[in-house]
Amino acid sequence: MVMADKPQYRVIGTRPLRPDAIDKVTGRAQYGADTRQSGMLRGYVLRSPHAHANIRSIDTSKALAYPGVKAVITAADFCLPGQTVADLPDLTTNILAGSKVYYHGQAVAAVAAISDEVAREAARLIDVDYEVLQPVLDVREAMLPGAPVLHEAMRTRTPEGPGAEPSNIVAHAVVVFGDPEAALADCDVVVEGDFSTRMVHQGYIEPQAATAMWNPDGQVTIWTAHQGSFPARQATATILNHPSSKIKVVLTEIGGGFGGKIAVYLEPVAAMLSKKTGHPVKLQMDRVDVFEGTGPTPGTSIRAKLGATKDGNFKVYMADMAYENGAYAGTAANYATMVATACYDIEHVRLDGYDVVVNKPRTQDYRAPSSPAAAFAMEQLVDQMAEKLNMDPEKLRLQNSSREGTRGSMGMPFARIGHEEIVQAALDSDHYNSPLEGPNRGRGTASGYWFNVGLRSSVNVTVQPDGTVALSVGSTDLSGTRTSLAMQLAETIGVDFEDVKAAVVDTDSVGYNDVTAGSRVTFGTGMATYEAGKNLIAAMKERLATTWNVPADDIQFEAGKFSSPDGSKSGTFKEIAQLVVGRGPGLTVSGSVNAGFLQGGGFAHHIVDVEVDPDTGKVQILRYTAIQDVGTAIHPAYVEGQLQGGAVQGIGWALNEEYFYDDNGRMLNSSFLDYRMPTTLDVPMIDTILVEVPNPLHPYGVRGVGEPPIVPPLAAIANAVAHATGVRQYQLPMSPRRILQTTGKIEE
Amino acid sequence: MEAFDYVAPRTLDEVYGHLNNGKRTLFMAGGTDVIVQLREGRRECDLLIDLKRIEQLTSYAFDSEGTLVIGAAAPLARIYEDVDVRRRLPGLVDAASLIGGIQIQSRASLGGNLCNASPAADSSPALIALGATLVIASVSGRREIPVEEFFLGPGRNALEPGELLVEVRIPAQPPRSGTRYLRFIPRNEMDIAVASAGVRVQLAPDSDTLESVRIALGAVGPTVKVVDVTSLAGRTADSATIEEAGRLAAEVATPIDDMRGSIIQRRKLARVLTIRAMEGAIERAKEIR
Ligand SMILES: Cc1cc2nc3c(=O)[nH]c(=O)nc-3n(C[C@H](O)[C@H](O)[C@H](O)COP(=O)(O)OP(=O)(O)OC[C@H]3O[C@@H](n4cnc5c(N)ncnc54)[C@H](O)[C@@H]3O)c2cc1C
Repeated sequence: MVMADKPQYRVIGTRPLRPDAIDKVTGRAQYGADTRQSGMLRGYVLRSPHAHANIRSIDTSKALAYPGVKAVITAADFCLPGQTVADLPDLTTNILAGSKVYYHGQAVAAVAAISDEVAREAARLIDVDYEVLQPVLDVREAMLPGAPVLHEAMRTRTPEGPGAEPSNIVAHAVVVFGDPEAALADCDVVVEGDFSTRMVHQGYIEPQAATAMWNPDGQVTIWTAHQGSFPARQATATILNHPSSKIKVVLTEIGGGFGGKIAVYLEPVAAMLSKKTGHPVKLQMDRVDVFEGTGPTPGTSIRAKLGATKDGNFKVYMADMAYENGAYAGTAANYATMVATACYDIEHVRLDGYDVVVNKPRTQDYRAPSSPAAAFAMEQLVDQMAEKLNMDPEKLRLQNSSREGTRGSMGMPFARIGHEEIVQAALDSDHYNSPLEGPNRGRGTASGYWFNVGLRSSVNVTVQPDGTVALSVGSTDLSGTRTSLAMQLAETIGVDFEDVKAAVVDTDSVGYNDVTAGSRVTFGTGMATYEAGKNLIAAMKERLATTWNVPADDIQFEAGKFSSPDGSKSGTFKEIAQLVVGRGPGLTVSGSVNAGFLQGGGFAHHIVDVEVDPDTGKVQILRYTAIQDVGTAIHPAYVEGQLQGGAVQGIGWALNEEYFYDDNGRMLNSSFLDYRMPTTLDVPMIDTILVEVPNPLHPYGVRGVGEPPIVPPLAAIANAVAHATGVRQYQLPMSPRRILQTTGKIEE
Repeated sequence: MEAFDYVAPRTLDEVYGHLNNGKRTLFMAGGTDVIVQLREGRRECDLLIDLKRIEQLTSYAFDSEGTLVIGAAAPLARIYEDVDVRRRLPGLVDAASLIGGIQIQSRASLGGNLCNASPAADSSPALIALGATLVIASVSGRREIPVEEFFLGPGRNALEPGELLVEVRIPAQPPRSGTRYLRFIPRNEMDIAVASAGVRVQLAPDSDTLESVRIALGAVGPTVKVVDVTSLAGRTADSATIEEAGRLAAEVATPIDDMRGSIIQRRKLARVLTIRAMEGAIERAKEIR
């Protein structure tokens, strides 16, 4: 669906083949673990078997003496003179534990050796003396007074200042608009629920891998599959206490990230091992390491209420939202307060967000972090409200929808957004208008929001003698951004897509780029690319001015053509480039932007049909439609892929995925057999409807599209299951066992 | 994984020559269990004997009495793709075609699935329902036992040191009979049974009465559970009888609570799967005539 005011583009909106396609389908593409350097050693990381323990001592002598071992390191190797491991910051102790381990799988020591096998064998000889402590695994239990405390120094940050006692509550964020308590009393209908979701993993296909070479002159090179070369460089520099300008990060291809590859795990460890040995050192995780040792997304407990008038006007939303941060302080609940009510215009709001540490891995972002769980509560309450009022849920959403000017949950009014348009698109869709027949079947819908960020980006554009251009990008290409950026450049300078060659380059070769996350690259790096395109045209005009002997300002550039003021001379970009660069000096320009923190927001709306087997509790997804305001779809096939991928990950989160722990806090299901992500046989074709409401903050109207599509599925599926079975689902995952329990088919 | 020796003999006699020498020895058919276990450090060995080069162990054929004789290391895909097998033994095809995906099925064998002795293995309930037997061989001779006697506990089978499994024998099925194997998994593929049921029914000539029933359950005990259903013989093949079979199955189940399922859930599934498999088996029994 295209809004009437969309400009005509030449390249934007087409579907060219991706330049990295052949390498990826033939297996030639180089991923993190493919790095090979001469003289390279292999490293292995020893991990904690305990969820919560003090480390009394670590004896590495036997491991060091093992034939073939070149170095063994612990957190002590990261201490500055006079520092002890107890003084090290969270950033460091999450890559190698200091005086305590906070989760099963936390890295404790690392070995470099002549082979992977030797490193593994030697690691078994490292003697760690643990004093095992009681773990706390449940977010609400961790909040109770008397719960085992993870960090003695932690005091809860509250609007009134820090708490007095040690606590597992990192922070209590409060957002209040209007007078929610009073307004609640005036509501005709109030629905409420006590919701919970479980810790889940992004499930990227490529386990983390990093290789480092520390030269004797202090120059360090790191090859890694990471979501941000510059943030990885900064974090590594901080941990190593080494100037970041002496570290060069080279990005390999990356097999997915979804937010899970924003933190560093292996890079500083590989660098330290390399420093000690004088050799390049490669470290790579296996799937168990990935599940147990990297950052999944928080489990949550959300108690929420929605109040409305009898004609369906939302008046009040109140939610108490507790988010697991895992082992260290995070900001997940704080994010939740920024997104929870975004889809609706609600006058009175109270949101209490609790960030809580528990003995699980330090959580990381996962597509629209915090928003899916917040929507799981909100969108089920909206559905319940529609039931109570006997209204169509879509019409109820439309009636209360946020629009341009509505106060967002961060307090600022929204710019032009497309939530109304996508709900209307749902109402008009073939899916919503097709009856769903048969027993045990139900349809559910839900909306979702993600704010999307802008941040800083830089690109370089070099003109080749033949008039084509090379685009050097510093943002990790997670999702085809080399293509979507090359398309924007081609549009800006009026050349064909095939005349732009885009590559991801290292940190020494391009200006600063923030992390590839927050759905920001096609937006923010897109703006930098647009800037570079404009700068390039200006630079070409300068050169033409000399050649044509006319003032640069008088040269026209339109529809891909330069022309002199009197129209006597003209040429396409390529022709002119051959003239002024092909026969002149080389030409490289850059484009750099700070695209601001917020992007203007992306909204998604999903429709799903399910069938529930009443005897086994298994939920089958019959039909699925993902609708989204995508701003401008630069490469529509990639955009559709984002919507489909988000929906599928959401289906997994809703139905079967969860971190399963024993009472001692050991994860039991750290494999893809027992951590059940959906396979192709578990999902139908995900239909997509792209709604294009151009983002006024971007020259081509781009909105981030990667994150909103994971927000609605949890609630949409829960609503569908509720309609199929007559029973509300307050807890995830809606696994067969849970469905049997909640529908009263088994009592346990 | 520590280094180990590897041999790939061509005859059983050659195999025997590698046994009884004090080495920690493991057999490998498809390797889809054993290689994984070695890599994860769950098993260790000095010598791995690859059985895939032994013609006798990788072939299969119906003999003159209609017994299907399957070499213990024959890949599953070859068996379930065979038209004769598909026609005569759809209950076997149910199980064989569920084990892993096509890559796994092109390597994995019935012998490996049985010898691995997982309580959740997919072949065993189906084979027991089909009345299959196993031929075990050693340098000193052969013996034959029913499949249900082969399992001693999770990961433990009835093979003595020096013995290996050579054949799975599935007898010609009785007239008016049908077999169905079903498992429950949370996903639709690539998963391990939370519970499973293999059911064979034989109908009386009137086709309304049950002449005999065999039911075996997977993943609801340390070994496959054979349900005593002698009481069902002679009863009408109607929904009341099928319900009764389900009830008997749930009673026999002694499952554990783990991350894959709870005791109560597995009991419930034993009942549901028995009922559904029995309905399927009756349908097949009627079809074949
Ligand atoms: C991705 C994947 C999916 C899977 N899905 C399923 C599934 O859905 N259902 C299921 O039941 N299983 C499944 N499995 C497990 C496995 O594939 C099966 O158990 C398979 O049948 C094993 O056969 P194999 O020939 O590969 O056995 P191997 O690994 O070669 O051997 C298994 C064990 O039996 C022993 N052994 C093998 N042959 C003999 C013999 N002739 N005599 C004595 N001992 C012997 C070996 O020493 C070993 O201990 C799966 C495995 C994988 C990796």
